[in-house]
Amino acid sequence: MIRFLYADQLHQFPALEDSMFCDRAAQFRERHNWDVAVDERGWERDEYDELNPLYLIWEDANGRHAGSMRALPTTGRTMVNEHFLDITGGVRIVSPLIWECTRFCLAPGASPLVAGGLLLGCLEAAMRFGVQQAVGVFDARMPRIYGRIGHSPDVIGTSDDDRGAISVGIWTVSEEIRRIVSTRSGVPVELMARWFDASFHAGGGLEMVAAA
Amino acid sequence: MERLPTTTSFDDLQIWAHELRDCLGVAHIVYHTGNIKGEQVGAFTYDIEWVRRYIERDFAQYDPVVLGAIRRFTPMDWKTLDWSAPQARQLMREAAAAGVGNQGWSVPIWGPAGEFAVFTVNHNASDAEWQTFIGHRAKDILLISHLVHQQAKRILNSETEAATAELSPREKEALIQLSQGQSRAAVADTLHISENTLRAYIDSARHKLGAMNVKHAVALALARGIIVPRGALPKY
Repeated sequence: MIRFLYADQLHQFPALEDSMFCDRAAQFRERHNWDVAVDERGWERDEYDELNPLYLIWEDANGRHAGSMRALPTTGRTMVNEHFLDITGGVRIVSPLIWECTRFCLAPGASPLVAGGLLLGCLEAAMRFGVQQAVGVFDARMPRIYGRIGHSPDVIGTSDDDRGAISVGIWTVSEEIRRIVSTRSGVPVELMARWFDASFHAGGGLEMVAAA
Repeated sequence: MERLPTTTSFDDLQIWAHELRDCLGVAHIVYHTGNIKGEQVGAFTYDIEWVRRYIERDFAQYDPVVLGAIRRFTPMDWKTLDWSAPQARQLMREAAAAGVGNQGWSVPIWGPAGEFAVFTVNHNASDAEWQTFIGHRAKDILLISHLVHQQAKRILNSETEAATAELSPREKEALIQLSQGQSRAAVADTLHISENTLRAYIDSARHKLGAMNVKHAVALALARGIIVPRGALPKY
């Protein structure tokens, strides 16, 4: 299942947190050979993990990470605006209607469901909150994977310097795209909606107060 | 919405909040900042006695909406917050008695200078009605919340006009071509970008200009001299 967790909630799921940051090290440093920092725990973390981002994490049956991505509002600090303006033609992408989604990561041997499920989760959250687009930073090899799950980003540009082949792209949110990704990924829209509600419901007693 | 940029004081913004409330057909609209320049300001349709009481009792320190908003960037449905603490339940009981509706949708706003504000739409409705309403309006509310915040900062800084937005050459080029009546497809083609990328560029320009929509963004950019239509005579 997918959990939608803010950084300040991760400590409630220690195995999930540990395996996510370790899998990020395996993907970004080892497989993609990006110049990323890995700490003594073996976690790949960067400055944007400090901004209390929202993570979408696919949790496997053992409570461990199978795949994840990280979302931040573009009205605050973002990786694209701080590091990749040369790729976006100098345009600072800033709008409450646009999120930045980065660190799309799959655990080694993750089920094919996971990548599609994560994109579907991102679409679900965006549609619930009124967000229209997402800008992403990803390895230039990723669009092939995204294409298979029915939601290729429009690649704005790709760097070809010592940062490696890193692309910036735009995903657009729509009901139609959600339907396609749901069909291709095999994760029903209704199921994703339940997962979303499970993450965002504190089970808080407002109804009880209102009824009293 | 057209009247928002013309507001010049918080009294004025308060009147605008009432207009927005009627326009959306909801019970209440509330906007309030955290501390900006040592001041806490707002505009709301709540009963003034209720707001006084809220401040007097310092309810903000127990309010699940405030406590949630300072740790989040995503809009919050009040139902998803934790109201189980006795003080939170007391707050909600008193709020209900003061005419606050049972449903709420609050947007945390984090500004570029690290300033913080919350914009709330409040209503009396069943869960199903509320879900439908938010489903239709989530985008508008997100948009409006940031526009109100931009306007509030303008009022606080006594700016008669918005500061000149820093637009990149590509954003200006896109707005110029749109101002000449070109279709989005044609503009995207000329700039060698996809229509979705163009949409992100235009929406960024719209936000930086404090505009409500693309048409408004083009008009503002022209009026402030940020873009000059091609073929126009130079101004001496």
